[in-house]
Amino acid sequence: MDNLLAILSGLHPDVDFETANDLIDGGILDSFDLVTIVSEIDEQFGVAIPAEALTPENFNSAHALYALVERLLDE
Amino acid sequence: MNLISIRFVIFSAVLLVLYYRISQKWQRIVLLAASFCFYLCAGTESLFFILFTILTTYFCARCIGRNQARLNRFLSGHPALTREDKRCRRDKTRRQNRLLLALCLTANFGLLFFCKACLIQPLHQALSDGRLSFLTLALPLGISFFLFQSAGYVIDVYRGTVPAERNPCKYALFVCYFPQLIQGPISRFSPLSEQLFRGHPFDGKEVSFGLQRMLWGYFKKLVVADRIAPAVAALRQSEYTGAAFGALTLFYAIQIYGDFTGGIDIALGLSQALGIRLPENFRRPFFSKSTAEYWRRWHITLGQWMKDDIFFPVSVSAGVRKLSRISRSHWNGFGKRLPVYAASIVTWLATGIWHGLTPNFVLWGMLNCLVIVVSEELTPLYRRFHSRFALKDKPWYGLFEIIRTFLLMNLIRACDLFPHVGDYWSRVCSLFTGFHLRVFWDGTLMGLGLTGLDYLILAGSAALMLAVSLIQEKTGSVRKLLWRWPAPVRRGLLFLLGLAVLLMGHYGIGYQASSFLYNQF
Repeated sequence: MDNLLAILSGLHPDVDFETANDLIDGGILDSFDLVTIVSEIDEQFGVAIPAEALTPENFNSAHALYALVERLLDE
Repeated sequence: MNLISIRFVIFSAVLLVLYYRISQKWQRIVLLAASFCFYLCAGTESLFFILFTILTTYFCARCIGRNQARLNRFLSGHPALTREDKRCRRDKTRRQNRLLLALCLTANFGLLFFCKACLIQPLHQALSDGRLSFLTLALPLGISFFLFQSAGYVIDVYRGTVPAERNPCKYALFVCYFPQLIQGPISRFSPLSEQLFRGHPFDGKEVSFGLQRMLWGYFKKLVVADRIAPAVAALRQSEYTGAAFGALTLFYAIQIYGDFTGGIDIALGLSQALGIRLPENFRRPFFSKSTAEYWRRWHITLGQWMKDDIFFPVSVSAGVRKLSRISRSHWNGFGKRLPVYAASIVTWLATGIWHGLTPNFVLWGMLNCLVIVVSEELTPLYRRFHSRFALKDKPWYGLFEIIRTFLLMNLIRACDLFPHVGDYWSRVCSLFTGFHLRVFWDGTLMGLGLTGLDYLILAGSAALMLAVSLIQEKTGSVRKLLWRWPAPVRRGLLFLLGLAVLLMGHYGIGYQASSFLYNQF
């Protein structure tokens, strides 16, 4: 989780990613951010996030995103 | 059938009466029949194209859905399988489904390519030469829109986000629902089908709101867009450069805004009167403070489609992931952003080609992409600038950003008007080499086919559109605001709007309302 928070904070240092839960709906992350996060996760966790997983539900909070990474690692 | 013809108004009125008079369970059958009638009016040749898309996407989605269901049954029936076995099974099904999807998309987009290359380009030529033949008039109506909508559905089924529809009649209605057929919006299956397939009781307020929106759409199309069209056509000629080209970019912005949003208002209004809410396609785009924001407000459903179905898949594709690894190892900061930019280039190239196969549309896409990428690269500089100078909260700075974006987008949008890129560049250069403001008072503007009264009507209408947009930006909906006013005042205003459409709409002897600009895409 710490690695993930570091990735997110690197993009938007002014956002508290531990508590924020409207990252997409609130317009904090845009599509460019999403793709950057996906390639960072690919680099650090070795997980390829498929296009169909790029949904607001999976990216609205750091916890939801972490759950997605864990689920993909488990498959 | 043109949306701005008397035939269409009568057709809509008859449909509304029939729709609310029959049992709710038959409403979707009436809509399907009306949609096919509407489409048949465009010519029987057009029917082939839409039937081809309906049949290929329907059967492809059914096959994909069946493969997925078979896999799920197998996995739940064999709980003892190892993770590796499960992965093998999943991969096999995914490969089969990917092949089906690729075949379906290739066939349909191949058809679109054929239409754009062999039918639509000759139409452009025919229109500019002033000759129209039966063949050029028999173009498939709204092919880009229904094709993107059905392709989006098959992709959603492939991704497992929607189930494959079993009923072919229901699916046909989703593809050819006529209000959105001509120029969108492009809807996703789940939200639209849920509304299309259920009955709708008569709701006076919804019907009234829908008809009001249609009236507003007719105002924008007939009073504004069609009135300014002759000036836009005249200013495209080679003698108009410098400030006259600047005027062209402004006039074209007004024309395309009135034309496209007017058409969308008519489509969404009629649909709302039928109890079906289509997605919004515009959110006051000329109030945007950056190019990226503009594209979140202009032609929203196409932008969303391009993002979901091209930008994201390309971004996570094997090729871009490989590029990401290479670029990161060479350039740390820029290397991280390079894959996003690569996906953006592909997406904007596709968006440009969607608009047309001539080089000016490719240039248009690349210019949009370039502006967005440069803005992204300059973000740290902007941040430093704004941390040093507290301008963000100043109202005049917001206005400056809006005007800057408006002018920039006008300049890029003018690419549409010049199939030869050289013509466009020479006009752009003339802004810097031959900009003389005297064209605004030396009578040049009066020689463009518009009279002083036309300019007066246009100025008044543009001011009205601006006022409505400001109210929408502040309160969300003008119609809801009007609803709270006393009924006589509300009816009086709507009567005046209707009167304006009748008296100031751009008609005349032998006049035939020009078709919508976005039909050609």
